[in-house]
Amino acid sequence: MGKVEYIIKRLLLALLVLVGVSIITFVIARLIPSDPAALYVGPRAKPETREAARIKLGLDRPLYQQYLRYVGEVLRGDFGISVRSRRPIVDDLKVFLPATLELVLLSMIFTLVIGIPLGVLSAAFKDTWVDHSSRIFAVINVSMPVFWLALLLQLLFVRQLGLLPVGGRVSKEIAILAPIERITGFYLVDTALRGNWSAFRDVLQHLILPSVALASYAIGLSIRMTRATMVEVLQQKYITAAWAAGLTRRTVYFKLALKNAIVPTLMVLSLSFVWQVSGAMLVEIVFLWPGLGTYLVNAILTIDFPIVVSVALIVTVFYVFSNLFVDVLQAMIDPRVSLE
Amino acid sequence: MTVKREKTPGQAQSAWSARFLEYGLMWRALRRDRLAVISLAIILIFVLGAVFAPWLAPYPDQALGKSNLAEKLDPPSAAHPLGTDDVGRDLLSRILYGSRPSLSIGIFVVGLAMLIGTPLGAIAGYSGGWIDQAIMRITDIFLSFPALLLAIAVSAALGASFFNAMLSITLTWWPWYTRLARAQAVSLKEQTFVEASRAIGVPGFTIIRRHIIPNVLTPALVQATMDIGSAILMGSALSFVGLGVQLPKADWGNMLNVARLYFNDGPWFAIFPGLAILLIAMCFNLLGDGVRDVLDPQSRRTG
Amino acid sequence: MDQPLVIVRDLRLQFRTYAGIVHALNGIDLEIYEQDMLGLVGETGCGKSMTGLSILGLVPRGGEIVSGSIRFRGEDLLAKPESYMQQIRGARIAMVFQDPATSLNPLFTVGQQLETVMRRHQRAAKDEMRDRALELFKVVELPDPARILDTYPHELSGGMKQRASIAIALSCGADLLIVDEPTTDLDVTVQAQILDLLRRLRETQGVAILMITHDLAVVAETCQRVAVLYAGQVVESGPVDEVLFEAKHPYTRALLEASPKRSSRGQPLQAIPGTVPSGLQPLEGCSFSPRCPHAMDVCAQPPPRASVTPAHAVYCFLYSDAEER
Repeated sequence: MGKVEYIIKRLLLALLVLVGVSIITFVIARLIPSDPAALYVGPRAKPETREAARIKLGLDRPLYQQYLRYVGEVLRGDFGISVRSRRPIVDDLKVFLPATLELVLLSMIFTLVIGIPLGVLSAAFKDTWVDHSSRIFAVINVSMPVFWLALLLQLLFVRQLGLLPVGGRVSKEIAILAPIERITGFYLVDTALRGNWSAFRDVLQHLILPSVALASYAIGLSIRMTRATMVEVLQQKYITAAWAAGLTRRTVYFKLALKNAIVPTLMVLSLSFVWQVSGAMLVEIVFLWPGLGTYLVNAILTIDFPIVVSVALIVTVFYVFSNLFVDVLQAMIDPRVSLE
Repeated sequence: MTVKREKTPGQAQSAWSARFLEYGLMWRALRRDRLAVISLAIILIFVLGAVFAPWLAPYPDQALGKSNLAEKLDPPSAAHPLGTDDVGRDLLSRILYGSRPSLSIGIFVVGLAMLIGTPLGAIAGYSGGWIDQAIMRITDIFLSFPALLLAIAVSAALGASFFNAMLSITLTWWPWYTRLARAQAVSLKEQTFVEASRAIGVPGFTIIRRHIIPNVLTPALVQATMDIGSAILMGSALSFVGLGVQLPKADWGNMLNVARLYFNDGPWFAIFPGLAILLIAMCFNLLGDGVRDVLDPQSRRTG
Repeated sequence: MDQPLVIVRDLRLQFRTYAGIVHALNGIDLEIYEQDMLGLVGETGCGKSMTGLSILGLVPRGGEIVSGSIRFRGEDLLAKPESYMQQIRGARIAMVFQDPATSLNPLFTVGQQLETVMRRHQRAAKDEMRDRALELFKVVELPDPARILDTYPHELSGGMKQRASIAIALSCGADLLIVDEPTTDLDVTVQAQILDLLRRLRETQGVAILMITHDLAVVAETCQRVAVLYAGQVVESGPVDEVLFEAKHPYTRALLEASPKRSSRGQPLQAIPGTVPSGLQPLEGCSFSPRCPHAMDVCAQPPPRASVTPAHAVYCFLYSDAEER
């Protein structure tokens, strides 16, 4: 009972935060000191047209009404229209969001599969060469500007070795010879579903470098965090008791200690998920990846504020929910949580 | 007749002086950590490089923007140890000058964030009640934004400049210190020496100033040392996107932004500025690790 | 008495620390018999916990056993590889720790922790193990065993946690149970119950118990034999009655004198002058000699083992002319 209450409480809090977030996003977008109506109608429009546009966009209304109108539209799936392209933003989002998500998800998989085990091993073999090399690796990853790593990877694999493509999600040849049918927007899934294996391989080749670049920071972070928590957990009496009961190394490290260490690690992972979404922006620029990041950066530079607000909102919503997810996970793993 | 207020023996050594003593001892312990010492040395070299850049740079005018098209995209040579950029400017000089905005952002952002966030958190934690709730809700909302995104959005809204970049990054950073300080303050509040102070009627604000804040300072400083590296990274990310220091002024981030277009012809242009960022961030991280191990071995933060 | 279950000879343990080498154990000699109840008693820091951990091969990092032997059923455990020790731990020799709140994993139910240990050492079907678990809980006198299986440690009281820990330790039919300060963190009434339980378990389960404690009263009440430790050395050992009522070693005597029960009301407590050595100085002779009121020059030599009676041994030059070397 306590657990369910806790989860509901967290959900409500998350919703509250979302409201706050949407208000702030809205306010910040408003700070952009240009006139959206003027941008909307273009520089050569007559003052009357501009006024009409102003009314149409609801810019004459008091701020809070504009906000409410905005929220209503968002909840209905209407994110407004791009000031530049006049296209509904939600259409753009349908293309760009999966592109970025695919990148982020693959990068999260790398993080989980590489970061956590390395952190555990680092703690288990503390102060040996395994530990030291893993820690050096981690600190380098955490200190590297992700866009620089992206450039380096391009330098190595594209320029020097010629193994991988320079950017984009698919190569032009594939787009013509084996076009990808958009089902989910996740190209790996879409090509697999249709058995389009040549396209699948091509998509993978395009995905590899950006997701590795993106994963680097999170990998470094998870190694450090997992190691730190594991080291602390391994000093606990209940681990000594486990050794005293003759349990094997594999059981103690991966079955017991990891469970005790997992919660802070998950928190870090959720943090790095968000970081990766923002980091994706930087990686997308380098790899010419048609995702949310490129979309957002262009919108900022062209002062297309509906886009800026929409993207900011979406990313933040992801953030809030991933935090919520971690809280709920913690409540499920740790039986003591609901008592707090 | 004025009453001379005698200093009670306990009062003579306030929490502040105790802190300074502690830091002296910690410094000696830190000296034993070789990685931390090396990192500190490298950081000092960078700082000196930044301060004395106009004298150290072989081509200071190129660093400030004068182009030299004849030698554009030259590989590293005797004349240009790190090569030249897309308009022929000496990379070594540009990198030296570029250390200025990077280091300043790192230090100022973290310093400001700590200055704003720590007292706020201390007040929130100690006061409790609606003050605590209000401050923490605002903090939570700021924390729900992905930092880079918020920084980019605010920076764009305010206009692309170094100062605005610094401001927007600080805006994303202060909540962490508030949270940290609040957690500390809450646990300190329960301690007997605070209760004792309250019992003899010391006003809340004084308690915060004299007891809470100095004790909160230690974890804050540990965090700050590590954060400087991350702040530098974020600053360079902002200028990479075009929102920080504007060309032709040299900045590691904006240099990489141009470099990516020329990576085929001039890979050194892409390598060296990034290497500088990596190096300085690593040093701050390692230094932060060392500081944390010495000042707060119980801390379980990333490391 | 027949062959001892455990024979420890001249065990020496050192730790490498920042300040230098700490000599934690300086030549421990011990015997534990089948179904024995041996109390290992001494002040904090005398090495009693380390002795227990050494038997299990769980010396903490930085520690090294530099000499000596620990024979369990004739086999020297110190010469065995880790894989052998992993078989022994929990199955033949088990340990119960001081604070059950920290020695039980907070994220797993008691039943899960018990099952993990049983599954490690025994092959049995799920329901067999469950039955055995319930049986064990009954043996340690836990109320409502079926419910306890699914409870988390933080939901149990201190006494119940301790009983659960004992159940886990006994789950695989161990021959020796090392119990480290089993009652220190418990209420007085619960203390008595747990000690009672341990006494009975000795008979019903046929297990030997090595009771590590600083409390002489506990030893007096529950143990058959006792070994008194000072600064990493055994100074006196033997049947409880003999050692406590006819204490020979100056330290044992001083310890008994210092007990609050011994002194009369209104009189100051008889403290032992001086402090326990830090362990940083290597030991040559008797560890107690700096504080001993009867110290002689010859005490700079390692004290010989003297038999006051066949079972009662004391390590002191005061008695060396009495019996053999």
